[in-house]
Amino acid sequence: MMFGRRALATTTACALLGGAVLWWGSDGFTAFTAESARRRAVLAEPRPLPAVALEDQDGRPLAFADYAGRRLAVEFIYTRCDTVCYSLGAAFRQIGERLPGGDPALLSISFDPAHDDPARLREYGERFGADGQRWRIARPRSGDDLAALLAAFGVVVIADEIGGFEHNAAIHLIGGDGRLRQISDLDAVDAFVAGLADDA
Amino acid sequence: MTAPPLRNRRLWLAVAAVFALLALPPARAWLEATMTRHMLVQMPLLVGLGFALGHRLPARLRNRLLARAGGPLACLTAASFAATYWMLPRALDAAAASAAADAAKFVTLPLLIGLPTGLAWRALGVIGRGFVWTNLVSMLLFAGWLYIAAPVRVCNSYLLDDQAQAGWWMIRIAAFIFAAWFAALFAGRRRGMMAMRGRRPAAPPRRAGLLPAAMPPFRMQ
Repeated sequence: MMFGRRALATTTACALLGGAVLWWGSDGFTAFTAESARRRAVLAEPRPLPAVALEDQDGRPLAFADYAGRRLAVEFIYTRCDTVCYSLGAAFRQIGERLPGGDPALLSISFDPAHDDPARLREYGERFGADGQRWRIARPRSGDDLAALLAAFGVVVIADEIGGFEHNAAIHLIGGDGRLRQISDLDAVDAFVAGLADDA
Repeated sequence: MTAPPLRNRRLWLAVAAVFALLALPPARAWLEATMTRHMLVQMPLLVGLGFALGHRLPARLRNRLLARAGGPLACLTAASFAATYWMLPRALDAAAASAAADAAKFVTLPLLIGLPTGLAWRALGVIGRGFVWTNLVSMLLFAGWLYIAAPVRVCNSYLLDDQAQAGWWMIRIAAFIFAAWFAALFAGRRRGMMAMRGRRPAAPPRRAGLLPAAMPPFRMQ
C-alpha cells in the first residue's frame, strides 16, 4: 500500500485534531462524565444562582438572597424517596451535628413540588431531625422556578419505573456571596466538613 | 464495479429517508429515552448511513475522495477519534440533554465515522477490516462489562438499570459480531479451497461486503 506524504500529513492532522477535541471534550482528560464535569466547572468558576421563589415547610416564602453573607448547603430531594434521600438526609444531619452553630445553613429542596406540599415537607424534616430554622425543607413555587433551579445546579431528575425518580444526588455548597462553589459526594461528609472548617 | 445509477439513486433516497426519519422529534425522543436505544440503535444507524454513502459511491469518485482524504489510514484515524469522543458518557448525556449537542451528533456520526470508514473499507483489505472488527468487539466487551459492573450511573440522563441493560446488550452484540465474522472467515476460506480443487467455480467477484468473505484484497493502483 502506498503511504505518501499526503497520507502522512492527513493522518497526523486527524490525530492531532482528534486529540485536541478529546482534550477539550473531557476537560484535559479529567472529566469523562457530565457529573464530574459539573463538579469541576463549579470549582473552577463559582456559579451565580437564579432568583427563584421557594416556600418552606411552614409555607413561608424563601429565596437564596435570604442567605446572603451566610454559607448554605443544599440538597435536592423528594419526600417519597426511600433510597438515596436517606443518605442525603443522614448526611445533612451529620453536618448539622458536626458543625453546631448556624454555619452552614441547611436547605433541602424538593424537585417534586406537585406532590410535596408543606405538610409533606414538614414530615420529611421531622423524619431526619431538621429543626425548621437552620435546616429548612422547601419546594419551588412554580414549574418555571423548578426548571431554572435544576438547570442552574446541573441536577438531572428522571422518572424510574416504580413511580419514583433517579437524580444525581450530592451536597451543594453555596458561598456567602450567593454562588454555588462546591459539589460533594454524599458519603464524603468528613471531607466536606473539614473543607468548610478550613474555608471559614 | 460502478453500481448502476438507478440503484445508487435508490440508495441515496433510502439513506436520506432513514436520516429524516431518525431526525423526526418523536423518533429522537423515543430512541434517546433509554441508553440502550440511544447508544445501540440510533447511533449505529447514523454511522451506518454514512458508511453506506461512502461505501456505495461510484468507484472512481470513491477512489478520488479516498486519495484526497489521504488514504484509508487517515480515514480510520478520523473515525476512531470521532468514535472515541462519542463514547464519552458526557457526550451521550449532552446529546440527550441539549438539542445543539444532538444536532452535532447527527452530523458527525455519519460524516466523521461512517463516511470515512465506508470510503476506506475496500482499501483496508482483509487485515484492515479484521482490525476494525476486532477493535469493535473488544471495545463493546470492555464497555459492556464496565456498564454492567458500575455501581454508579455514568450518565445523569439514564437510570442505573438502563445502564446495566445497555451493558448486557453490548456483550450480546459483541458475541454476535464475533460469531458472524468468524463464520464468514471460514466460509470464505472454504469457498476458495473448493474453487482451487475445481469442484465448483469460484464465487464471482462481489462488491466488497461488510464481512471478510470473498473479498479480493485491495491494491492501490
